[in-house]
Amino acid sequence: MKLLKNLLKSPMFVIGTSLFSLVLFAAFIVPWFYDITTLQRVGDSYGAPTAQYLLGLDHLGRDYIVLLLRGLRSSLYVGLLAGVIATVLGTLIGLIAGFKGGIVDDVLSALTNLFVVIPQLVLLILISASIGDTGRSLTLIAVIIGLTGWTWSARSVRAQSSAIKSKDHISLARLNGDGGLRILLIHILPYLFSYVFMVFIILISAGILSESAISMIGLGPVDTQSLGTILNDAKNNGALSDGYWWAFLPATGIIISIALSLYLINTSMDGVFNPRMRK
Amino acid sequence: MQNKIFDAENCVRTFGHGKKIVTAVDDVTFDIKDGEIVSLVGGSSCGKSVLAKMMLGLHKPTSGNFLYKGKPITDHKAHWREVQSVFQDPFSCFNQFFTIRSQLKAAFGIYKEKPSNAEMEERVDESLMAVNVKPSEIEGKYPFELSGGQMQRMLLARIFVLRPQVLIADEPTSMVDACVRANILDYLMKLKKELHMTIVFITHDIGLAYYVSDRLFIMHKGKIVEQGSPEEVTTKPKSEHTVQLLEDIPDVNREWIKKK
Amino acid sequence: MSAIFEVENLSLHYLTRFGNKVHAVNDVSFTMEQGEILGIAGESGCGKSTLVNGLMGLFIPPLHPTSGNVRVGGESLMNRSPKDIRQNVLSRKVSMIPQGAFNALNPVRKVKDIAADVMAAHMKDMDRKHIYERLKERFDLFGMETEKVLNAYPIQLTAGERQRSVIGISTLLNPQMVIADEPTSALDVTTQKVVIKLIFDLLEKGIFSTMIFITHELPLLRHVADNIAIMYAGQIVEKGTAEQVVFDPRHPYTKALMGAMLSADEGQKSRKPTAIEGAPPNLANPISGCRFAERCPSVKPDCKNKEQVIRIVGDRQVRCEYAE
Repeated sequence: MKLLKNLLKSPMFVIGTSLFSLVLFAAFIVPWFYDITTLQRVGDSYGAPTAQYLLGLDHLGRDYIVLLLRGLRSSLYVGLLAGVIATVLGTLIGLIAGFKGGIVDDVLSALTNLFVVIPQLVLLILISASIGDTGRSLTLIAVIIGLTGWTWSARSVRAQSSAIKSKDHISLARLNGDGGLRILLIHILPYLFSYVFMVFIILISAGILSESAISMIGLGPVDTQSLGTILNDAKNNGALSDGYWWAFLPATGIIISIALSLYLINTSMDGVFNPRMRK
Repeated sequence: MQNKIFDAENCVRTFGHGKKIVTAVDDVTFDIKDGEIVSLVGGSSCGKSVLAKMMLGLHKPTSGNFLYKGKPITDHKAHWREVQSVFQDPFSCFNQFFTIRSQLKAAFGIYKEKPSNAEMEERVDESLMAVNVKPSEIEGKYPFELSGGQMQRMLLARIFVLRPQVLIADEPTSMVDACVRANILDYLMKLKKELHMTIVFITHDIGLAYYVSDRLFIMHKGKIVEQGSPEEVTTKPKSEHTVQLLEDIPDVNREWIKKK
Repeated sequence: MSAIFEVENLSLHYLTRFGNKVHAVNDVSFTMEQGEILGIAGESGCGKSTLVNGLMGLFIPPLHPTSGNVRVGGESLMNRSPKDIRQNVLSRKVSMIPQGAFNALNPVRKVKDIAADVMAAHMKDMDRKHIYERLKERFDLFGMETEKVLNAYPIQLTAGERQRSVIGISTLLNPQMVIADEPTSALDVTTQKVVIKLIFDLLEKGIFSTMIFITHELPLLRHVADNIAIMYAGQIVEKGTAEQVVFDPRHPYTKALMGAMLSADEGQKSRKPTAIEGAPPNLANPISGCRFAERCPSVKPDCKNKEQVIRIVGDRQVRCEYAE
C-alpha cells in the first residue's frame, strides 16, 4: 500500500496508468454498449466518418470502430500471452544460469547470446512465413513472439541472480541447511520480483509491437483482426496514398498509446523499486 | 581434558591455476582446542577469511590436512549442526522479505528432526532474551526495520537458537560502532561461558582480539606468523607484522602518527 | 583569525516514505577557524551523515533544512539549489571525502578520467593534456605508483589505493573546507593508518587546511583532531579540545562512550568495556527533556522533563546542567 502511495506521487505513473486504463476501458467496457459481434458491410468502401460511424468505414465498407475494438482485444491478448511466455522463460533461464554458474551458466548464456545475435524480427518473419497462410492463428503468433523474445529478460535476470547469489543471506541459508531449490525460490526470486515485473510490462509492450510489425507486412494472424492487420489492409488498399486518414491514424494511435503507457508505468516503477532511488 | 576441535597440518589453499595462481592460505599448522576462544588477526587479504571458510567446510585445503574432531569435513549438513557462523554485515545476512522471527526459526532447518513448533517458539524467545531483546520488540518486524546493532544481535540470537559447539565469528564488530561492539563482545563471552562454545574470532583489530581471546594467531600473507597468549603476543611480539598491527591501532594513550 | 566556517543553530529534518518528519539534526552550532581540524563522533544513527549534507548546503529531498545557517568564508549555503551548490560550492569551497570509496568511483571509468572530469568542470579553458599533467603532479604526492593508479579502473585497485584516490580527487581543487565522512571506517587498521598519513601530508603541503573529520572511533580522533564534538540523537552534547574530551569527558554520554573503548595496552584486559544499554530515542517522535536521560547512568529525576541547553563548563561546551 505504501508502495502504491509512492507510485501515485509519480506523474509518469499516473499518466501511464490513466492511459492504459483508457485502453482497457475501450477494449472491455465499450463493447458492452457498442455491438462488435457482427462485422459486415454497412456502407461504401472507405466511407468517410459520419455521425453514425465515427471513424469511417474500411475498404470492405465495414465499421472501423468495430474493427479497431476487435483488433485492440487481439493485440492485448497477443501482448499478454507473449509477455507471459517470454518472462517465464527468460526468468527461469536467467535465474538458473546466474545461480548455478559454471558449465550450466556457460551453456545457457551461450544459448541466450545466440538468440540475441539473431534479430527477433527476422526470426519472426521466417517462422511466420514458413507456417503458411492457413495455420497462422493469433495464439500461434503470440507463442512464437514469446519464444523468441525472452533473451533480454534472461540476460538481465542472470546478472541480478548471480549478484544476489554471493550475498551473505544466501550463505546463511546454506548454514540453515536450505537446499538449492529453496534458496532459488525463497532467497533469490523475491529479490528479483519487482525487477521481473518490470521486465514483464516491457515484454507485453514489445509483444504488441512485434505482432503489429509482422502483421503489417502481411504475416499476421489469418483468423482474426489485430491492429497490425488493420494497418496491413490499409496499406494494401492504398489508403495511405489516397489520404483516408481514418484507415491508419486511429490504429497507429492506439498502438502508440499502449506502448507509451506501459513504458511510462515501467519507468516510474523503476524509480520506486530501485532501492538507491528510494528512501 | 582438552580435545582438539580443529587440527590443521601444513594446510595450503590456492585459487586459480597456472600463472594466475594465488595462495590464500600458505602452509599453516595449528590446532584449536575445545572451549577455547582463538582470534585470527590480520589485515585485509591476509587469508583469515579463507581459513574461516575452511573451518566451515566451504573451502577444502589444496594440500595438507584439515581435520575437524580428527576427521576431514565431508558431510556439510552434519558439520553445520555443530559449527556455525556470524558474519560481518548483519543487514545483508537476512532475507528482507521475511520477518526476523521466521528466519530465526528457519535455523532449525539444519536439524535432522525439528523440535515441535511450541518448542521452537520457546527456544527463539529464550535466545532473544539472551541477547537482551524482548520478543515483543521484534514481533512482526522485518530486517530493514531494525538498527545495525539490533541486527547484529539477531545474528547472535540465531547462534543461541542453534547452540552449535563451535562458532566462527567473521569480523562481527567491524561494521558497528564502539558501544555496540562492547555489547557484542559481552555476548560472545556469554556464549562461551554458558554454552561452553569454542569460538574462532576473526578481526583486523588486535586490541579486540586481545580482549576476548585465550590465544591469538597473527596472520600475514596466508601464513600464521605468530601464535600465543594475548599477553605474550601483545607485550612481547616476536614478529614484525605483530608489531605493525599493534602500532597501527590509534590508541588514546600512545603516540600514533604525528601531525606535522 | 576570523572564522572560516560557521554553523548557527542548524536543524535538519527528512521525510520518511510514510511522510513522517524525522528531526535528524537539532540545534547544531559551531565555528571553525582556518587550519582547524574538528572531529565529530557519535553512534550510528546520531545524525552525523545527515549533518554532512547540511554542512555542504546540499538539500536533496527527502532532506530539508528546518532552520539555522551555514556559512563558508562568510557566504551562506542555505536556500540554494543543489545545482548551484554543485557548481559553485562543492570541490572548490567545501569538498567531501565519502566513506565507501567504491561507491564514489564510477566503476567503468579510469581513475584519471574521473579526476579529469572534476577538474574540467571547474577549469573550462584548460585542455586535457594540461589537466593530466596537473593530475600526475598531484597524485605523485600520494605515495602510490602514479601511472598505475591513474590508468586503472577502480576495481583493479586495493581498498587503500581507492580511498587515497578518492581523497586525491576530492582535494584536487584545493578546497577551503574538507568534510571527511568516516573515511577509514571500512578499512583495516593498517590501511587506515596509511590513509590518515596521506591526509596529514596534504595538510602539511597546504593542499587544504581546515577539516571536519567524522567517525565513531574516539581514539582515532584523539590523534587526528584539534577539537572534538560529540553528537547524540542529533545534538552536540559536548565540545572541547581533543585532550579534554578524550581524557576528561564531562557529559555522561561522552563518559559512557569512553567506557566502551577497548585497548590492547598492558593490564587493560581486566578493565571491562561497558556497553551503554538501551537505544537512542526515535527522532520521529517529539522529545521532551534531555535526550540521553533514558540511558544516562547519573540521571536525575527532572532530566526527563527538562530540555538541556549547551552551557560552558570551564572552557568547553556541555549540554548537561549537572556536568561539572
